[in-house]
Amino acid sequence: MTELTASVAPPLPTATDKFKFYGMWLITAIVLLLLPNIFSSGGSLTTFCLIGISIIFSLSYNILLGQTGMLSFGHAVYYGLGGFLAVHAMNIIGGNKLPVPLPVVPLIGGIAGLLFAVLLGWVSTQRSGTAFAMISLGLAELIASSALILRTFFGGEAGISTNRTKLLKLFGWSFGPQIQIYYLVAAWTLIAVIAMYALTRTPLGRMCNAVRDNPERVQFVGYNPHVVRYVAFCFAGFFAGIAGSLAAINFEIANSAYLGAEQSGTVLFATYIGGVGFFVGPIAGAIFVTLLSLGLSDLTQVWQLYFGLIFIAVVLFAPGGITGLVMMHRPLLKGGTLQKVIPSYLVALVPTLTMIAGLVLSIETIVHYTVNPGDDPHIKAFGVGFDAASPYIWALAAVLLIGGFLVARRTWQWVGHAWDSATTTIAREEGGAA
Amino acid sequence: MLELIVISTLNGVLFGMLLFLMASGLTVIFSMLGVLNFAHASFYMLGAFFGFQISRWFGFWPALLIAPLLAGMIGAGVERYGLRRVHRNGHVAELLFTFGLAFVIEEVVQIVWGRSPVDYRVPALLDFPAFTIFSTNYPAYKMFMLLVSVAIFIGLLLVLKKTRIGLIVQAALTHPHMVGHLGHNVGRIFMLVFGVGTALAAVAGVIAGPALVTQSNMAGLLGPILFVVVVVGGLGSLPGAFVASLLIGLVQTFAVSMNGSLAGLFGPLSPAYASSWVADIWGVTIAQIAPIVPYMMLVLVLIFRPMGLLGTRDT
Repeated sequence: MTELTASVAPPLPTATDKFKFYGMWLITAIVLLLLPNIFSSGGSLTTFCLIGISIIFSLSYNILLGQTGMLSFGHAVYYGLGGFLAVHAMNIIGGNKLPVPLPVVPLIGGIAGLLFAVLLGWVSTQRSGTAFAMISLGLAELIASSALILRTFFGGEAGISTNRTKLLKLFGWSFGPQIQIYYLVAAWTLIAVIAMYALTRTPLGRMCNAVRDNPERVQFVGYNPHVVRYVAFCFAGFFAGIAGSLAAINFEIANSAYLGAEQSGTVLFATYIGGVGFFVGPIAGAIFVTLLSLGLSDLTQVWQLYFGLIFIAVVLFAPGGITGLVMMHRPLLKGGTLQKVIPSYLVALVPTLTMIAGLVLSIETIVHYTVNPGDDPHIKAFGVGFDAASPYIWALAAVLLIGGFLVARRTWQWVGHAWDSATTTIAREEGGAA
Repeated sequence: MLELIVISTLNGVLFGMLLFLMASGLTVIFSMLGVLNFAHASFYMLGAFFGFQISRWFGFWPALLIAPLLAGMIGAGVERYGLRRVHRNGHVAELLFTFGLAFVIEEVVQIVWGRSPVDYRVPALLDFPAFTIFSTNYPAYKMFMLLVSVAIFIGLLLVLKKTRIGLIVQAALTHPHMVGHLGHNVGRIFMLVFGVGTALAAVAGVIAGPALVTQSNMAGLLGPILFVVVVVGGLGSLPGAFVASLLIGLVQTFAVSMNGSLAGLFGPLSPAYASSWVADIWGVTIAQIAPIVPYMMLVLVLIFRPMGLLGTRDT
């Protein structure tokens, strides 16, 4: 009987739980506040802003993909429209000297995203799964192509620019320097993250999960899955609009690339690589992908290829994303059998890295011959210089790639065995305890 | 005017048949595997670039044969070693896998052949006007394209309706599980269907390459239209894909050749609109909105007939 009630209503959080929960948000806020003191260079501040925007955008995307099970290929539409509306709003406010300060502008962008989601969402969310994915793609193409036709509003190829310092000043903040934009983005990121986390804890958030897992059952319980999907879609549009307007504030411009397919693809990559199964997944993904795209583009010419390959590798080998991989080890850590798998990881890591090195070496060599054939063959990729014309390098690449692959396959089987034995030990102990 | 109609009809049917070459493979793959191959247009692009490269080395005719075979083999490999592995993670993972694949294929093509259009020419044998109609020369190569796509269409129809393999594929369209229960090697059929589907897309690429532009963004341009075709026709319906291909082919071709705009029609009635904020909508010509016409059709179909024109399955 006690078991039954326990499964119906979870116990109220104890004081320590509450302390931990609110403490976590408080610590996050303090970290965000102190971050610019530790990394104070202009470049790192810009990076932080990009990461914050990307976090909001990815989390809003995860309302669709992770929580409601809707794979969208056109989420950037709401991001971009939010951005455009924010830019127009800033121009109007600045031009007419309206008493609206800059920190409110993301709200305007969010409402714009919400309105467009309300408008387009009803048609989009009629069906889930593959049909929804195709519809979102079609709508995204429709809006992105229209953006090039409606030049007055979208500004054609060049886009629409604005000046964020022309707005009403609050407490003497002009929002000219990047540090002030950082605090604006950080505050909005924190607010949006808390809001989206709270959304997952509401009955609506739970119904979204139910619609994702079993829409038929949801109908039996008396909900309309279409309506639940629609409401989730609207929330996602709202937060995407906030992210888009923050981006518009950050760059002081909005152009048609904001709502294009590439932007939609990037947010999909970030969310999925981070992991859709956990709330923190998209946050991790946004940080990872932003840093990766900034870092890789310095290191190699064809960073987008590596980006795509990483995405495919995640889809193939780690469908839970980065957080999924980490969280997989939680039961082992609790059961105390983590040390059983660690050695096998270390063994598997060596040939896997060898294989990756071979792959990178071959890609860079091929790139040298196809993209810049006339250049000096002594090329540098990932900070390592080598001679792309030397047959030794070719042989080395082939040996690393093929040899690494053959050995890695064996060692990963071994990892599988170690994993099995670690989990069965836990299961046996639990069985013994019961 | 008549000239415009005849030429546009010919071009529209041609474009529609090309779309159907791709949409047919996409539809059969979707029906059997349950996965919409996002990278399908990428195989069309691969076909075009393989065709370009092989026709440079050996001539156009060997390319017409070898390029689709190569692309089909790559497609079969993708199914065998990629899709089959992701399958247990569900349809979303499969769709995402093909999405990533499309991304990677585009990057690889850019690395190998560059971003600018390649010089893929019509073979000399077919480089002459087939007939002259109202003072317009209609190129023989376009007639050849039409011929090839119609021939493949008829061949596909015969294979589907008259052979044992076609029977199994047809059965798998409606009852994929039953086919497995009847003891067919479903895995091998899947691989075969995927290979043939991608090879068909590659054929479309090889023959469309010289007539259209062979460039690394061609998959990105055509892919969304292809999905519109499949959704408008009805997911998993071959006749639907055929009707939708022709429809979109014709509509888009006619739209491109028309110059009318709202301003042209009603302009004299209220010239003030041309300078107001609706000037964009007021002055835009039908030819300018041609790229978005298929997507507008998609939205209309979704509102009035969500399962597609001839679709029956509610996915």
